[in-house]
Formats: sequence, C-alpha cells, structure tokens
Amino acid sequence: MTKLRLGLLHSRLRLEEKLLIRAAQRRDDLELVLLNTSDLVLDFERLPQVDVVLDREISQSRALHVLDVLERNGVKTINCYGAVRVGGDKVLTSKRLFNAGVPTPRVKVAFTKESALRAVEQMGYPVVLKPVDGSWGRLMAKIENRTAAEAILEHKSQLSSYYHGVFYLQEFIDKPGRDIRAFVIDGTTVCAAYRSSDHWLTNAALGAKTYACPVTPELNALCPKAAAAVGGETIAVDLMETQDGLTVHEVNCAMEFKTSLQAVSVDLPALIIDYCVRAGRAARQGKDEVS
Amino acid sequence: MPNCPECGNALELKEVMAHEIVECSACGVELEVTALDPLTVALAPEEEEDWGE
Repeated sequence: MTKLRLGLLHSRLRLEEKLLIRAAQRRDDLELVLLNTSDLVLDFERLPQVDVVLDREISQSRALHVLDVLERNGVKTINCYGAVRVGGDKVLTSKRLFNAGVPTPRVKVAFTKESALRAVEQMGYPVVLKPVDGSWGRLMAKIENRTAAEAILEHKSQLSSYYHGVFYLQEFIDKPGRDIRAFVIDGTTVCAAYRSSDHWLTNAALGAKTYACPVTPELNALCPKAAAAVGGETIAVDLMETQDGLTVHEVNCAMEFKTSLQAVSVDLPALIIDYCVRAGRAARQGKDEVS
Repeated sequence: MPNCPECGNALELKEVMAHEIVECSACGVELEVTALDPLTVALAPEEEEDWGE
C-alpha cells in the first residue's frame, strides 16, 4: 500500500502548524505535502495529488476556494468546505446550533443600523455586537446603553467591507471571569481549557490565561453535538458557564491551540494527525471500492 | 544570524522552518522566515480582514 499523502493547507506557519508538521514527520505511514497558498497555483488539470488535506489556512477566503476545488477532485478535506463556510460565519453557525438544540446565546441579525438599533432595544442592555466573520476579539463591542448603541452602529455602518452590513447581535452572558475552549476530534471531546481574564473578552489572543478544564459528561455531550451541527470533524468549541448550564457561543474550524497546550495533558497535534490518517485511509478505501 | 528588521536585535533562531512565524524577543514584532540558507527574515504579513480560526 502506498503511503497516505496528507496535505497541510496553510500560508502562515505558526507554532500550531509547526507542531502538526512534527507530529506528521514522526510517522512512517504518511507523506506530508506542504500546501502553502501563497505559492499554490490551482490548475484544474493538475491539482495537488493528495489523499487528504488538513486545513490550517488562516485566510477564510483562500481556505474556502482551495477546499472546494480539492473536494470536487475527490480529496478528503478536514474540515470540509461546508464546515469552514459555516464556522466562518457567526450567523450561519448560530442558526445551526439553534436548530440542533445546542444551548447558545440568543441572537438577532439585522442589515441596517436602524433595524439593528431596534433589535438592540428588543434584546436589552448590555448586548454584544460582533463582526459576522471575525476572530480574536476583533471589532467586538459590548453595548451598554442606547447612546453607545447609536454611536457603535453608526461607526459600523461606515466600515467598508460588505460583511459589516450584517449586524450580528448576541445576548451578553455574565460569565464567571472565564470561558472554556474544548477540542473535538471525530466526535469526541479530547481536552478542554479554561481561559480567564478580568476583561469581558477572554480570547487567548488578547492575553487571557489558560488552565486545565475537566472534560465532564456535560461537556462531552455538548461539544460533539456543536461540532456535528456545523459539520466539522476537528473543531474548537467555545463555551460559557451560566446558571442554567453551559452555552456554546462560538465554533472554530482552523482551531488554535498554542496557549491551550499549556493547560491540557494530551498531545493534541498528534491526535489531529492520527484522525487525518484514519479519515484519509477510509476515504481512500472508499474510492478503491467504488473503482 | 539575521537581525530584526524592526529594531535591529540579533535574532537567535533555532530549528526554524521556511515560512515560519517567529517573534523578535526584543521588540515583539512578528517575523517570517523567508529563506533558510542563508537564514533570512522579513516582517510577517499584517493581519488581513478575513484572517481567523
């Protein structure tokens, strides 16, 4: 049997990608193919010859295009185009979580500053305004009153990208100074970490501290359900603790785990590569059976 | 060893890969390893609108 060809889609080689590369290089049952989108030219008649691709691309638009093209060429992609498309859009994510019965903060979506203001007033204060496609706490606003709402919505309406014409409003959850990032691989919550901060934003990118979080039965029931709702196989699920239990506020496909690694005891990069190999072999076997 | 293009600090880089993102220990700026032989760095590309996880 020829070695499985695993493509690593990326353009920015951060610590996470470096650890994934090392985990792949430790194995003798796969051939790692680095697919740097900054160098990649997609020729439909001569696409990269890989069995499976792990998406680690930091640019949403690059990832979506490459994943779609490769999937239509029979390549197994992790995560798939559909999951990345949904996971990269908070409206699409929230709706799927809602439909799947996953506890998630209430959301309203509007398309003008006037209707957004009405939605804010309906939800009450404070309320959180998020960019529909943002990460790392970028352009997030906690709106405390009407005066702030009018100013923030006006400013947002002046931002140039068409995505800023989508006003995504999320219920503010008064969490206990921390949230949880849990990592799901192939339907199992493999590890989790608390992220704590005095600020209401608890992104690791903004300096939140991480420490170990036990994977409770509640966490392991909820997180795979959230991952399945968006169609993802390797997903970081962000949750908050409320008086009524856990609530999922975000789902991330090209999951970052640099700071979480300080808090968890599993070899997350190795687990991800293990899954890529299993999924890649299954996909290749499926193709062999069909042919 | 290359110097940081931002602050001039002599960088101590070990076992880096091509295109790897590293941080200058003196000024904290993000750098990209653009070549291995000779070892060369440049300021890492700035955050784009569609970047994220």
